[in-house]
Amino acid sequence: MSRALTVEKPWQRWAIRLGVLFAMLILVVPGAWVVLTSFRPNIEVLARPPVWIPQNPTLNNYLGIFGLLSTQQGLPVSNYFINSLVISITSTIIAIVLGMMGGYAFARYSFRGKATLFLGFMLSRTVPGVALSLPLFILWSRLGLIDTSWGLILVYLAVNIPFTIWLTDGFFRQIPVDLSEAAQIDGCTRWQAFWKVEFPLARSGLASAAIFAFLTSWNEYALASQLTRTTASKTMPVGLMDFTAQFTVDWTGMSAMAVLIIIPALVLTFIVQKHLIAGLTFGGVKG
Amino acid sequence: MSFWRSPRATPYLLLLPAIIVILAVVLVPLLVSFWTSFTGYNLTKPATLFQFVGLRNYERLLGNDDFWWAFGRTIVFITIALNLEMLLGLGLALLVSKITWGQRTLRTIMMFPMMFSPILVGFQFKYLFNDAVGLINNALFSLGIVRDPIPWLVDGALANFAIIAAEVWMSTSVFAILLLAGLMALPKDPIEAAKVDGCNPWQVFRHITLPFLMPFIYIAMTIRSLDVARAYDMVRIMTNGGPAGRTELLWTLMTRVGYQNSQMGMANAMGYISIILSIVFTFYFYRKLVGARAFMGGAQ
Repeated sequence: MSRALTVEKPWQRWAIRLGVLFAMLILVVPGAWVVLTSFRPNIEVLARPPVWIPQNPTLNNYLGIFGLLSTQQGLPVSNYFINSLVISITSTIIAIVLGMMGGYAFARYSFRGKATLFLGFMLSRTVPGVALSLPLFILWSRLGLIDTSWGLILVYLAVNIPFTIWLTDGFFRQIPVDLSEAAQIDGCTRWQAFWKVEFPLARSGLASAAIFAFLTSWNEYALASQLTRTTASKTMPVGLMDFTAQFTVDWTGMSAMAVLIIIPALVLTFIVQKHLIAGLTFGGVKG
Repeated sequence: MSFWRSPRATPYLLLLPAIIVILAVVLVPLLVSFWTSFTGYNLTKPATLFQFVGLRNYERLLGNDDFWWAFGRTIVFITIALNLEMLLGLGLALLVSKITWGQRTLRTIMMFPMMFSPILVGFQFKYLFNDAVGLINNALFSLGIVRDPIPWLVDGALANFAIIAAEVWMSTSVFAILLLAGLMALPKDPIEAAKVDGCNPWQVFRHITLPFLMPFIYIAMTIRSLDVARAYDMVRIMTNGGPAGRTELLWTLMTRVGYQNSQMGMANAMGYISIILSIVFTFYFYRKLVGARAFMGGAQ
């Protein structure tokens, strides 16, 4: 890098460090504040002058949203949590299988209409979820898919497939064709060559594609908010709105639920962070 | 029949399930919404789905002030947000690239906002900017800067500021991380040569670093314009278009007209305008990306 050549004066070095520290604070503080709030009793949130560090940390907010406190009416958060898990996991698994088939087709075969099809898949991603929710609402209500897990799974499938195809296409392209051809010369069928040679090599890439798909479904709000109605299919992001009434907001309960939404995302993103950058730049720079 | 059994059919068979899903969940609904945008479809009167009204919805929209305000606000919002994110992301990437230790940790922290779902970002900033219990007013108050709480989300101009702040917090990382990856890949030779030839740091940045980073900027722009409508989630929870429609974006207006007023025909007409807007933005940056890549030519 250029730093070997640039001779920075001490004050410049400190200015850079201060700037980075300031930026990192801005990135961390909002989230940290929500985490702190989730452990506060409500009275501390409303206190004047403000209480910075929780004085009486409590788990009641978490117990409360699961209805485990006798004093509080619990919200069906456990239903939302299970719905979110079931919908995200199911749609991710199916999206990975279908996306992998598609990505493999794009990476390994040349066929008529290939470029058009690829463009078509990518274009389908440009449709904003909120605009797509309108016709889906009309169709799904006629088909009886409103407020069902399968209705939402199907929708997330369509949201995730294009991106999965894009990623897996890239992963398979990176694996030399010679490997699979050599395996076929040695007597494997193309199917066997795929499972024994190409699939194991693409596995870590596929895992990160799966995590992307999971997070997209886990975090989605615009579509879920219109296509779900009750505890039968409401997901966590939609459930978060339960805490806001016309004039009052339950800050502590909402914070506790926010923490529950962020934890899986945090853990999973941490696992794939190496692939995240590769995934973002992929195909973009190298074409 | 023989075609489907021949090896030539394999790629089509592999793609078939994906195509069916996209057809069923994207293409058919888009056709439905296209048709609906030419009808007076009202959710409460199912028969109106077949009441063809021609371009009436579009004509009414074009003559409607609320629509034009929301449309203009959306364009301004996208423009300000993307440019701010690009500048701040570039600044952050340049700063972090100068730090010699703990870069991995810094990058992990930079990734932090990307883990947040937009609805959480919205909630978080709704809380921070709350006039009674928010962190920002509390801090300003404790520091003695203000004596009366600032009505961040209640005043129109301040609410727009708060929404842009939330949007920038959420998405600056996309630029910062991509541009940092670009800076890491920056070839050293041209920079050294330029310095030997007597270029000052600004000239090096302007004529070597920046052109090299352009493709990365355009990738980030393309990615961002793909998901720019995620801002809907954020605005929905922060202000829901209020106060008095002062933060209304195309996306919030669309859902209000469609679901609350049940005017699905009108809402779908707006939906189509928003889809075209997204495609135009994405396509514009994609073209720029292809151009920048061609310009780089043999550099890679």
